Amino acid sequence: MELTVNGAPAELDDDATVADLVAATLARTAAGHDRVAVARNGDVVPRSSWAATRLAPGDAVEVLAPTAGG
Amino acid sequence: MTTQDLDTQDLDTQDLAPALAREEAGDPFVLGGETFTSRLLLGTGGVPSLESLEAAVRASGTQLVTVALRRVEASATGSMMQVLDRAGVRLLPNTAGCMTAREAVRTARLGREAFGTDWVKLEVIGDDRTLLPDVVELLDAAEQLVAEGFTVLAYTTDDPVLGRRLADAGCAAVMPLGSPIGSGLGIRNPHNVALLREAVEVPVVLDAGIGTASDAALAMELGCDAVLLASAVTRARDPERMALAMRQAVEGGRLAKLAGRIPRRWHAEASTSFEGLPAL
Repeated sequence: MELTVNGAPAELDDDATVADLVAATLARTAAGHDRVAVARNGDVVPRSSWAATRLAPGDAVEVLAPTAGG
Repeated sequence: MTTQDLDTQDLDTQDLAPALAREEAGDPFVLGGETFTSRLLLGTGGVPSLESLEAAVRASGTQLVTVALRRVEASATGSMMQVLDRAGVRLLPNTAGCMTAREAVRTARLGREAFGTDWVKLEVIGDDRTLLPDVVELLDAAEQLVAEGFTVLAYTTDDPVLGRRLADAGCAAVMPLGSPIGSGLGIRNPHNVALLREAVEVPVVLDAGIGTASDAALAMELGCDAVLLASAVTRARDPERMALAMRQAVEGGRLAKLAGRIPRRWHAEASTSFEGLPAL
């Protein structure tokens, strides 16, 4: 299925969950994030629900991690 | 003395004057139901390296440090969090970059999820060039987040009336700017900051605009309960040394406020008595 991840088009398996997406996204970037937060269509998906939350075509997902800020 | 000499031991409270340690113990800073001994909140934005972040956090004596969330591709690696965890500081997620109440509320929820805290530095920006707060969106977001159980520290303008509205909405602190974020222009309207301090019961934290140590001292002398700064330290030539300067300025300003300054006079008031002045 096609969806949007961090503002870019992405292609995932039809049965992909939020947990799958987070693992794939983190694998593409620097490792070591232990404080990741996910928004699906604007709403928080709690970490405890990642594995059980199936994604749907057209979803807009944001996978976020800490950075420096004032 | 070189920067190298300013190691942890030199900066520990035990090495400061005992009188200062007593002052700190007897003058706790209570924010959101938590008690702090440091009245300096440090932002991590603009930090040139993890080493200088660690040195600055330690030198500042801060117990509360702001952090942000960004897409993982643009975020810091996990080691920034390791530095902050090692320093034992409490984390304060911000909503930097949000321009509507809706974005800010969603960002606050994500910060709560990522950092495991319901504290938030609420920031809703209305203008790219000045980064000044959009106070209409800010008040809306503050009301929503307070209703959701957040401890809201609201970054706002120096308007005392708005400050009262934010406090009435249930914000745990009102954080007026001294001047625009990152400008280093200091406190452009000290009178408003003092009026705002009078207008609310909750802590007032001077946030944004601090350029150098005297600005931080002035904020405290005006009655602010604490100072939040980032760029003034992270973008200083020597962040560790500036962090120490800010710590001492905040402490000095607080002590001066408690001690009570002398009134300003138009003419001189001799400190040496004229009585018994010899005729020479």
